[in-house]
Amino acid sequence: MSLSVNEGVDVKGLVDQVLEAYPEKSRKRRAKHINVLEAEAKDCGVKSNIKSIPGVMTIRGCAYAGSKGVVWGPIKDMIHISHGPVGCGYYSWSGRRNYYVGDTGVDSWGTMHFTTDFQEKDIVFGGDKKLHQAIAEINDLFPLVNGISIQSECPIGLIGDDIEAVARAKAEELGKPVVPVRCEGFRGVSQSLGHHIANDVIRDWIFEKTEPKEGFVSTPYDVTIIGDYNIGGDAWASRILLEEIGLRVIAQWSGDGTLAELENTPKAKVNLIHCYRSMNYIARHMEEKFGIPWMEYNFFGPSQIAESLRKIAALFDDTIKENAEKVIAKYQPMVDAVIAKYKPRLEGKKVMIYVGGLRPRHVVDAYHDLGMEIVGTGYEFAHNDDYQRTQHYVKEGTLIYDDVTAFELEKFVEAMRPDLVASGIKEKYVFQKMGLPFRQMHSWDYSGPYHGYDGFAIFARDMDLAINNPVWGIMKAPF
Amino acid sequence: MSHPVSQSADKVIDHFTLFRQPEYQDLFERKKKEFEYGHSDEEVARVSEWTKSEEYKAKNFAREAIVINPTKACQPIGAMFAAQGFEGTLPFVHGSQGCVAYYRTHLTRHFKEPNSAVSSSMTEDAAVFGGLNNMIDGLANAYSLYKPKMIAVLTTCMAEVIGDDLQGFIQNAKNKESVPADFPVPFAHTPAFVGSHIVGYDNMIKGILTHFWGTSENFDTPKNETINLIPGFDGYAVGNNRELKRIAGLFGIDMTILSDVSDNFDTPADGEYRMYDGGTTLEATKAAVHAKATISMQEYNTPQTLQFIKEKGQDVAKFNYPLGVAATDELLLKLSELSGKAVPAELKLERGRLVDAIADSHTHLHGKRFAVYGDPDFCLGMSKFLMELGAEPVHILSTSGSKKWEKQVQKTLDASPFGKSGKAYGGKDLWHLRSLIFTDKVDYIIGNSYGKYLERDTKVPLIRLTYPIFDRHHHHRYPTWGYQGALNVLVRILDRIFEDMDATTNEVGKTDYSFDLVR
Repeated sequence: MSLSVNEGVDVKGLVDQVLEAYPEKSRKRRAKHINVLEAEAKDCGVKSNIKSIPGVMTIRGCAYAGSKGVVWGPIKDMIHISHGPVGCGYYSWSGRRNYYVGDTGVDSWGTMHFTTDFQEKDIVFGGDKKLHQAIAEINDLFPLVNGISIQSECPIGLIGDDIEAVARAKAEELGKPVVPVRCEGFRGVSQSLGHHIANDVIRDWIFEKTEPKEGFVSTPYDVTIIGDYNIGGDAWASRILLEEIGLRVIAQWSGDGTLAELENTPKAKVNLIHCYRSMNYIARHMEEKFGIPWMEYNFFGPSQIAESLRKIAALFDDTIKENAEKVIAKYQPMVDAVIAKYKPRLEGKKVMIYVGGLRPRHVVDAYHDLGMEIVGTGYEFAHNDDYQRTQHYVKEGTLIYDDVTAFELEKFVEAMRPDLVASGIKEKYVFQKMGLPFRQMHSWDYSGPYHGYDGFAIFARDMDLAINNPVWGIMKAPF
Repeated sequence: MSHPVSQSADKVIDHFTLFRQPEYQDLFERKKKEFEYGHSDEEVARVSEWTKSEEYKAKNFAREAIVINPTKACQPIGAMFAAQGFEGTLPFVHGSQGCVAYYRTHLTRHFKEPNSAVSSSMTEDAAVFGGLNNMIDGLANAYSLYKPKMIAVLTTCMAEVIGDDLQGFIQNAKNKESVPADFPVPFAHTPAFVGSHIVGYDNMIKGILTHFWGTSENFDTPKNETINLIPGFDGYAVGNNRELKRIAGLFGIDMTILSDVSDNFDTPADGEYRMYDGGTTLEATKAAVHAKATISMQEYNTPQTLQFIKEKGQDVAKFNYPLGVAATDELLLKLSELSGKAVPAELKLERGRLVDAIADSHTHLHGKRFAVYGDPDFCLGMSKFLMELGAEPVHILSTSGSKKWEKQVQKTLDASPFGKSGKAYGGKDLWHLRSLIFTDKVDYIIGNSYGKYLERDTKVPLIRLTYPIFDRHHHHRYPTWGYQGALNVLVRILDRIFEDMDATTNEVGKTDYSFDLVR
């Protein structure tokens, strides 16, 4: 593979041309978010974590989506109240595929939608009384619930409700954690602040107010999986590898997670972080408060998996290190067979990525493992530290776009004609109609898992089935 | 913890099979036992049984504050849907940006189509100072980038709570030349804390008509022979609107569908992405004030709009998601009455074929008990059709349903012997329906994809016939209205009944006798 991409393509010229369509003020602002990666550059050269421009069709969501949809929603043995009008909870109801095992409606509530369904009178007179009653009703109807979170929607912060007071009173009354989350959608510029707020609430309302479970016995091999939402079972396909090398995963944050796992996390020897963006805050806090080190890892594709397993094992004794080598060797024949089967069908294919959290960089080497090239990538809600972490994954000449607008992405793709677009549901049908293979890289397009060795085989199969399906050849009528 | 590698390149196994392998089953068991600190299996089983009881139902129905699995969304998505049925129209949602991502996602997951709408992306500073600048910059950007023929502005609850004034803001933006002074920017205030998506639909249609028709009482409105039709929020809009146009064509009626998403939500894959396609033309929308009458296909989607139209001197007629023979008869007779044209012979033939199909299949439908949930009009239309088939609607539930709606359902039930065991539940949700089904069992549930959890819990088969349908493909492309549409609905119901029959009689050596080849 070459060391650069988009050779002979005037990508810079394309960017200028696309930006021409904007009114001047917006053009200047957008120009700072788009760059073509230069050799030896210190970073990706784009601004990030800045307000989206009005009226441009940003693909971003909001703080509520970051808290309820991402961080808190998957905690399966708690009930998460979408506090405010009916919509937010309705649209995010079962929308993410964070798999769990449980008796839904009895001891787990992950695919249910609970809302205080605000009416005009609640806006005018405040909703605290209603919230009190809602929590009481939940505890009554779902006695096995282990805790309750209050996920604030926009109006809560605007009408001056005191959800913290309600949470304190109800927690005491019920003897269960009740946690207020100030994740109103207008806070911050994207999902990202919602992740941060949700992390802080775990710090202040779980760590500060609860204890690790009585009788929990630590071992020297206790680790956690932080920032894996178990999309299509990702966390399980990761957990199995960590267990195989001899570690004990005492908590999953937050896919298929439970309140007890959150509470026991301070007992970990090391916190392993997959999605840095959404959960680095709590990892840093635990490092400071409890002295628990944290390490980022990447379980997409065999190159990164092997590297990560070795890095993780290096934190432990020789047995674990030997186990890591054994596990890598054990899966190698399957991995080799997958690459032998799919690489010839995918080699040299160009991919453009646009997703959230960690994937715009973390999946890059999985594509490289299959001989594919990344010609463009970008994040919905990254910060500068994400772009710093991106650069060593991608090659010179790669087009980088931050908070890309639907307009820009359409024009970039149209001009660059990659062989695959890897983005979200809102983008999917735009590009399929243009005749381009597409994979949703938030939901794994209803497939998965993609993490771990087991996941890599599925990833390879899915990229092949998207790119090599005959439908792309019948788009043009012969008349 | 060594185990063989189950994954293989020859036959890649994904989540369907992978997690059933012993190594993952062991992993689940270990995680549960050592780390989850959950409740005992006995306790879970006990509570699970309790949730199915009469006692639980009483507790569940005593609920006042928490809503669980409702059958309603909020106003803006309905308003957005309404706006997207007009030619070249870009919905502009004033308020927080995450909302728009949600609406677009929801509609896209159902129609499997792109869905375009922009946000004014208001954040904390706008919450304090108001969103005027967001409107000014936003309209300018949207107009330059997406080249719409019209921008329809609606609001999220954030903008409503802080009290942004759309009319003033839009005028302000025009003064600042964000869009040309004569560029159409209709608007609707769509607070999420009032009503639901169907009210948002009503508000936006009224907003657009107000824009084009003017607000003056003395507006000069000489009438012509055209008839307007407003479909309402409908997951089957693609199939249904096309069917309505076909029917109008057969009649020879010049019909204007006010908000027609059928082409916009069903664009071809031919190498070109069409951001806008089809829709009611702005010319036709303007001219629609001169129509002699307007028909609403969904009464609860259009109360304010119909009132507004009535004030413009038009006759108005309303239906409740007409499904089946009699409801289609009524629709056609109304079209005939309004147009002065006889019902075309071809439609009469179609009616006969539908009745023939019902006669062929009635034995499998007679006396079957159904739960029906969804929007108020859908519930009414569906219940009526079921009774026509000899089936019995038992639990009829709509979170958007009012007391008035409950009475209307009761009246419909009272008109048929098959409605005896039926009862309407307005303002209730799918967790209530769960209790209803456990305590008073039905044979089938008619609803949307969210019903799959009810089906799993109660083991009562689900038939997906209303928005949203995320986990089945393409049904929205087929009509449910008209005689042809009724035939589609009939087949969907029958298919599920037959699949269920086979699934419950396929045990060799045990139920061989009912596993019939000919049914």
